[in-house]
Amino acid sequence: MPAAIAVRNVCKYFGAFCALDHVDLEIQAGEFFALLGPNGAGKTTLIHTIAGLSVADSGSVHVMGSHVVSQYRQARRQLGVVPQELVFDPFFTVRETLRIQSGYYGIADNTAWINEIITRLGLADKANTNMRTLSGGMKRRVMVAQALVHKPPVIILDEPTAGVDVELRQSLWDFIRQLNIEGHTIVLTTHYLEEAEALCNRVAMLKHGKVIALNSMQNLISTMAVGYTLCLKLQPDTSLPPALQEKKTGCRNGCVELKIDNYTQIESILAQLRQAGIQIQEMQLLQPDLEDVFVNLMNSSLPQTQ
Amino acid sequence: MTGFLTLLYKELLRFWKVGFQTILAPVVSTLLYLLIFFHVLKAHVEVYQGVSYAVFLIPGLVMMAVMQNAFANASSSMIQSKISGNIVFVLLSPLTYREIFFAYILASVARGLLVGAGVYLVTELFFETPIYWPVWIWIFAILGSGLLGALGVIAGIWADKFDQLAAFQNFIIIPLTFLSGVFYSIHSLPPVWQFLSHLNPFFYMIDGFRYGFFGASDFSPYVSLCIVIACFTAVSLLAIRMLRSGYKLRH
Repeated sequence: MPAAIAVRNVCKYFGAFCALDHVDLEIQAGEFFALLGPNGAGKTTLIHTIAGLSVADSGSVHVMGSHVVSQYRQARRQLGVVPQELVFDPFFTVRETLRIQSGYYGIADNTAWINEIITRLGLADKANTNMRTLSGGMKRRVMVAQALVHKPPVIILDEPTAGVDVELRQSLWDFIRQLNIEGHTIVLTTHYLEEAEALCNRVAMLKHGKVIALNSMQNLISTMAVGYTLCLKLQPDTSLPPALQEKKTGCRNGCVELKIDNYTQIESILAQLRQAGIQIQEMQLLQPDLEDVFVNLMNSSLPQTQ
Repeated sequence: MTGFLTLLYKELLRFWKVGFQTILAPVVSTLLYLLIFFHVLKAHVEVYQGVSYAVFLIPGLVMMAVMQNAFANASSSMIQSKISGNIVFVLLSPLTYREIFFAYILASVARGLLVGAGVYLVTELFFETPIYWPVWIWIFAILGSGLLGALGVIAGIWADKFDQLAAFQNFIIIPLTFLSGVFYSIHSLPPVWQFLSHLNPFFYMIDGFRYGFFGASDFSPYVSLCIVIACFTAVSLLAIRMLRSGYKLRH
């Protein structure tokens, strides 16, 4: 079975600016894959290149074995994309929009599937409403539905939850997770790293157009995360002894956060606090997460691929 | 074929849903031209023997409405989709560039013919315009609206903002239309202007179209037909090339 998405040595320039710098990436069928990176890292350009909205200056991209330029019709039939920008056609209702989108993919009568996605995305009572009058969250749901009208095996969601309320975010992820269980390959970009960590099996991180990390979520966190975070709520009107100040990384909800490399350092910290006569009211040890990895990687220059 | 038919249906539905603006309004404004020019010039101009100025004017105005609305349809649909961003749903689909081109052109032809038919039918309430060769009327109406639809696709792709599209319309389309013999026969012009009119492809569309009504024209309809077909082919090839290369649509 061909890879769901195979990106080989792709470069893309906008004038002198290199948006994608020799990107190599293979996403297997059935994966739930996260594409992460700061703004301007090249995530959307990469998605556009896969979807045929941009053409790579060098290298090749295949979707389910079909070349996205020379076999674009086959490649696009295998792919559903939810664009990042909230876009819609103000002339049509939700149902008309989905019927038209189905027709573009050669499906003359798609009523049964349209009814199903309308129901599953909570759009049933808005089906005959004009797109113009929908809220932002509802428009976002229609965009997801548009990407699914032709039941594509590969679905790319470019920041689908940006500016979306908690309820919709959760129902959207439940739906997407279900699609993944049913066999669809999901590729996702998001700035909510906890979402990526909870949902995705594998992750690629992009920086300045380069893939700087490519690994399973578990491996990436265990190999790349450095240390733990010790959160301490100290007795009021006291502060950390000077010797511990250098370990302090921040303050949150009245707790000071200290970065430690391993568990053995906890005893030493507690001893220093005891010696200074400072009492601890609450204590919590946080495991490293994707955000720690992200921050580490974005601040380092070494690629971490596996 | 379903993809092409769907895009065509969408383009037809788009202008049909705002029919007051896209069909009725141009019919009314073209009739205003007829009333004003007829009252001002009826005593001064007789172009063809035994043909009143109003009756001479009607085919020109019908064709002008056909052409302007065909252009407006393709160009406004394209630029609106580009600026609002919803063109992405067409670009993500497996539609070929030829399917996209022909869907836009046929929708433009449909709107051009609808508005033209509307203008003609309303004028017939007041005047009686003869029809000499219906087949020439249809040929020039379809080719003319197709040509303007293709120009509309080019303008819609090229323009990055409405201001640029308005410039294309006001500095190219409208002057070429008004100086194409809609309101007069070019035989009434000084030689220099006659020569310049012969360089205007819109002149041959109006002239050939008018031949279908009166059986008389400034040029042979066969010559006009060849010129219009050549222009339609050249403009269509340019539009198709722009769509195929993704110019200003795909990066």
